[in-house]
Amino acid sequence: MNLMMLLEMAAGGMGERTALVCEGERWTHAELLAGAGRAAAKIRALDVERVSVLDVSSPAVPLALFGSAWAGRPFVPLNYRLSGAELDALIERVAPVLLITDRERAALFQGREGVRVMLREELLDVARAPGASPPQDWSMEPEDVAIWLFTSGTTGVPKAALLRHRHLVSYILGSVEFMSADEADAALVSVPPYHVAGMAAVLSSVYAGRRIVQLPAFSPEAWLGLAERERITNAFVVPTMLARVIERLEAAGAKPPASLRALAYGGGKMPLPVIERVMRRMGHVDLTNAYGLTETSSTIAVLGPDDHREAAASDDPAVRRRLCSVGRPLPGVEVEIRDPEGKPLPPGARGEICVRGEQVSGEYLGRTSRIGPDGFFPTHDGGFLDEAGYLFLEGRIDDVIVRGGENLSPGEIEDVLLEHPAVADAAVVGVPDLEWGEGVAAAVVLKPGAAASADEIRGWVREHLRSSRVPQVVRFEAELPYNETGKLLRRKVREALTQTVPS
Amino acid sequence: MATLKAGARLKSAVCDTQVMVIAAPAGDVALTCGGAPLLDAAATPARGAVHPEHKNGTQIGKRYVNEDASLELLCTKPGEGSLAVGGTPLKLKEAKALPSSD
Repeated sequence: MNLMMLLEMAAGGMGERTALVCEGERWTHAELLAGAGRAAAKIRALDVERVSVLDVSSPAVPLALFGSAWAGRPFVPLNYRLSGAELDALIERVAPVLLITDRERAALFQGREGVRVMLREELLDVARAPGASPPQDWSMEPEDVAIWLFTSGTTGVPKAALLRHRHLVSYILGSVEFMSADEADAALVSVPPYHVAGMAAVLSSVYAGRRIVQLPAFSPEAWLGLAERERITNAFVVPTMLARVIERLEAAGAKPPASLRALAYGGGKMPLPVIERVMRRMGHVDLTNAYGLTETSSTIAVLGPDDHREAAASDDPAVRRRLCSVGRPLPGVEVEIRDPEGKPLPPGARGEICVRGEQVSGEYLGRTSRIGPDGFFPTHDGGFLDEAGYLFLEGRIDDVIVRGGENLSPGEIEDVLLEHPAVADAAVVGVPDLEWGEGVAAAVVLKPGAAASADEIRGWVREHLRSSRVPQVVRFEAELPYNETGKLLRRKVREALTQTVPS
Repeated sequence: MATLKAGARLKSAVCDTQVMVIAAPAGDVALTCGGAPLLDAAATPARGAVHPEHKNGTQIGKRYVNEDASLELLCTKPGEGSLAVGGTPLKLKEAKALPSSD
């Protein structure tokens, strides 16, 4: 198995379709296949073991991804927002490497040991060179590593998740029907290449035959403008992007792009009020909430368009709350909720989300696999399943607050805070407490022009939840710290709130 | 007859069909396309004719399975012949339509 097979089939079945559009440049599937071959020949000619892209989205990303797969080298997209020592440490771990990057960074890494620097434009020239593409001689060994993806490292040093060809091919074959897209379909890709959703977007769209339209730098204006110009039908966004797009539409009193049919979101927690606003403003658009991890080759559960509509229209609170769920597992993916001893828990009980399936890697560079003997991967995400099998997320289990022996889920308290009419955003963390071990602390962002006191916020939580959940510290902030893909930097919230606790 | 390994690529001896093995049972499997044994993708076939009883064709991107789904093939290139094991035609694997999530 090899990712190249997906592109080979796309080129064979729909070679003349446009595969990729970026800033006016267009590539068909046949051109992408030939270009990947030329990139692979170049990669093999260099003395490198890995290929990295340290850059925003451009045609160089799919070319390097497929070219690496063809050449039999792992592809390692790197976070272009990193710099200094953090970036140096990652580069050291991927060397000897072909580093594809922009002019500014190229100058920075030129001459560094184990790093062969190539400009993005140089790779595109290689891929566009005249002449035949080399023979299709890629390895079909399913165990070969296709991609290293560094986890976001919100808790410590980034780990490199290893995704093998078999994981990624299984994910695509299990979730995408070949050539299922219409010729006019176009997917707007605004997630960065170093995010698993950025990789999955390339592979899914190529296999479905859906034109990829890359947006290198996200802003709500750029996203909406490009969606209109390129007649975008499908898009994936992280929650912060969607919230900003909706704000923009509301502020302008504008309609969503007329061509937009399906919008998927994921990669972080989506507050219920935002989903409700999206449904009001984009009623005709098919909404899908996708839940997945880097270590599971992207999506493992989806809340589909019908689930959204059914939940929104229901008077039954148990059905209605599914709007806050991440839906049900994909076919071929099993999800279990387990207690700290590893025993499966019944519906409704909170525990750790464990997952099994062909697409699940659960493996990191230099560490033993986290997959257990029974094939299940403990995700470190907490959550529960309802009676109908819908999965609800409750944050990382490491974030659980242990107050006087009672386990409190920050997500449960945050959901309640977000329903307060004056609250725009909220984060709940545990802070050291002499009496209880840990206490509940909340950082709250108020809506523009809205007012609420700390006591009012506490009273609101007390009305809705048990008194142990009431935050002893409530601090008002202008905004909460998120990384660029919408992940809350809980560590920073905790640091800020810990300082406010009198010790 | 041959033992099959996941990831192996095979091609028809009598039509354009090419497949990749997604899952295979242990032991020998008498796999045919168009009535003739499937060959390794690198082989150069002595081209024969598609057997009239094995002429339903293969479709690119479709997955084919045997009765107990222990064998699963992905068609990577379509052809006129149809796939069978021990003379029994493989069935098209039903795909559940999923919303696009990336």
